[in-house]
Amino acid sequence: MKFAVVVFPGSNCDEDAYHAVHDVLGQDAEYIWHKDSSLNGADAVILPGGFAHGDYLRTGAMARFSPIMRVVDHFAAAGGPVLGICNGFQVLLEAGLLPGAMLRNQSLKFRCEQVHIRVEQTDTPFSAACRRGQVLRMPIAHGEGNYFAEPEVVAELEANRQIIFRYTDAAGGVTAAANPNGSKAAIAGLCNLARNVVGLMPHPERACESILGSADGRAIFESAMAVFRTGRAGGAAGSALQAVG
Amino acid sequence: MRARVFVTLKASVFDPQGKTIADALHSLGYVGVDDVRQGKYFELDLKTTEAGQARALAAEVADRLLANPVIESYRVEID
Repeated sequence: MKFAVVVFPGSNCDEDAYHAVHDVLGQDAEYIWHKDSSLNGADAVILPGGFAHGDYLRTGAMARFSPIMRVVDHFAAAGGPVLGICNGFQVLLEAGLLPGAMLRNQSLKFRCEQVHIRVEQTDTPFSAACRRGQVLRMPIAHGEGNYFAEPEVVAELEANRQIIFRYTDAAGGVTAAANPNGSKAAIAGLCNLARNVVGLMPHPERACESILGSADGRAIFESAMAVFRTGRAGGAAGSALQAVG
Repeated sequence: MRARVFVTLKASVFDPQGKTIADALHSLGYVGVDDVRQGKYFELDLKTTEAGQARALAAEVADRLLANPVIESYRVEID
């Protein structure tokens, strides 16, 4: 399986993402510059963390105008799996590929720490190898991860099962103390209606080896690999997801 | 012409920065300040000398880039 890791000027987790899928998980991977016009046959796209274009106006605000985003748009519209991590999630929100927006953390502080997230849904290409209710430990590192959407939009996200990861304590309980940034409904990650585009604030690519404190992040990428394998073995992506999830 | 674009968080959006500034003012004794909302202010120097065009252009760039309609609204003044 081949992952495309999109590189914007200011991306700084691109090498971590590449390392995770290529060196740790043994998959093909290629850096794709934000001015490129092709994903070179990749089977999945990762928008990595960082500060794309400097994030001077708003996080992710400029990246959506990068030429590669038109290609990512088409790829996503055709059902291709797209994962936005941290700044990549912010880019997906600004680009309208996912609903909502990010505000400054409620504490106004940049939070860099290990958190726990609970897997809420497993029928996406980035959670299919997880168990529902499974608690994953991985780091966050952001100043603007306070997810906001109007109450009716959050209600839709709940009804459509688009909330994929929630901040919890180690036991999987949703508490105010376990929410590191003030996100509505403790949302750490969500997907689009078609379920192939997923964004999350925590960094699975920094949690793929036990020497880094946690290997729980591997499940996110192994999900994509499992769905890819099942999809290739026959059947549409939807049935593959059901089989795996 | 000059366009002034004021971008503010929508009323429904909690503004942690504004809240912190309001708390700071209260600690300085400004109890007459009820609340603070922080926003962004842009001055655009425009080539056009026609107010209608200036307003339309300022609104276009505000819609496309300066404001995120999910969380922000904006107001344009021309002079």
